[in-house]
Amino acid sequence: MVLKSLSARHSPLSETQRQLGILNEAPFNDGDLETFQQKLKSSGKFPLKPLQLEIFQVNVGYMCNQTCAHCHVDAGPDRKEIMTKNNLDKCFEIVKKYGFKTVDITGGAPEMNPNFFEFVEQLSTFGIEIIVRSNLTIIEANKKYHTLPEFFKKHKVRVISSLPFYQKDRTDKQRGDGVFDKSIKALQKLNDQGYGKQGTGLILNLVYNPVGPFLPDDQAALESQYKQALKTNFDIDFNSLFTITNLPISRFLEYLLASGNYEDYMYKLVDAYNPAAVEGVMCKNSISVDWEGNIYDCDFNQMLKLKVATPKSNHLNTFDLDDLMNRDIVINQHCFGCTAGAGSSCQGTTV
Amino acid sequence: MDNTYYNSADLRKFGKVTEWSEKVGKKFFDWYGEAFAEGELSAKEKALIALAVAHVVQCPYCIDAYTEESIKKGYSEGQMMEALHVAAAIRGGASMVHGVQMMNKAKKLNM
Repeated sequence: MVLKSLSARHSPLSETQRQLGILNEAPFNDGDLETFQQKLKSSGKFPLKPLQLEIFQVNVGYMCNQTCAHCHVDAGPDRKEIMTKNNLDKCFEIVKKYGFKTVDITGGAPEMNPNFFEFVEQLSTFGIEIIVRSNLTIIEANKKYHTLPEFFKKHKVRVISSLPFYQKDRTDKQRGDGVFDKSIKALQKLNDQGYGKQGTGLILNLVYNPVGPFLPDDQAALESQYKQALKTNFDIDFNSLFTITNLPISRFLEYLLASGNYEDYMYKLVDAYNPAAVEGVMCKNSISVDWEGNIYDCDFNQMLKLKVATPKSNHLNTFDLDDLMNRDIVINQHCFGCTAGAGSSCQGTTV
Repeated sequence: MDNTYYNSADLRKFGKVTEWSEKVGKKFFDWYGEAFAEGELSAKEKALIALAVAHVVQCPYCIDAYTEESIKKGYSEGQMMEALHVAAAIRGGASMVHGVQMMNKAKKLNM
């Protein structure tokens, strides 16, 4: 089990250039596999353009109470990058001014940002959909987070939470010892507030990440297994399950390389390239903002430090919606993770 | 590349076996796909059957493929090992049940 972030271990992979270098070596640079750009071109989808900006995804910091083995953020307790109140205020103003439909708050554990509560309160004053990507265990981590379920309910937050499997051993293998039991407790507390229960309007979605170097199985089949197992064993209800493919970056890339699975995984992603899945990828309807206010096409590009390809509006300070709408989306080989099989986005499959 | 009869990277090339006999190769893969589709048995149950059979036919490619498929479809390691024991028990049983033939013959040969 990984106990520290790549960053804290000073791993060469904490340098995003090193990650991008690996993603552009064999089997891509020797012609064995087509690059993502070549695939898009041959399916008539290059350059990739945004459709409509609906979702404002804001990463409020990389600090987390967990150090998951697959984390694409390289988050953990040792990460100190946290969005300031000043930048949160700028996010609020932009969301309000441009009429985004949804604010998707992520991290790290977003709740660990000292201004998180105030930010949610602020957003809830004008009827926008608020998503919080909560890791569940944060609710149990410290007394100050024990009332999160009530807070979420009060502000009608849609909660999206990772639970990589409905069995303890696989969940703990990916997310750390004891995570499954704490997650179950947290889910029961969310259910107690009405989350995941019919007729309450309080939405609780779960996220499945494969615990290994393979694509997710059919989303509907997994959802039905999750619902049955969680109901039978723990009396837990939730609304729907999102299957999300692990992208070959950050700590998942480290795992792929260390376990000798990297090349095979890239073949799997490329072989499963599905042009139909391209249409629903999240970079087409959302933007991602980092703790410093930089703007990216998605959270994965953020972690590779690939800013939007329009220097004029690649920061909150110079946000220009028209300019962003005209941009070409920045792509690289990691993008195969979002277009494989039934596709993958922050809202699950894309087809 | 190691000089071995089996190379795990060859599994990726499975689809290429149609190249020298496209028509019948395509029929094979259509049939293969259909055999694994949801039916009266679920796709999940079929994956576990395939895993068990893979051990009986001792196909390393099939073992790799259906180990992954079984994990992906939510089977635990314990369930997968139980399936293997069922397969192995049938295999062992197939030898042991021939013991009846041995006993019959031996009895016939004894004065």
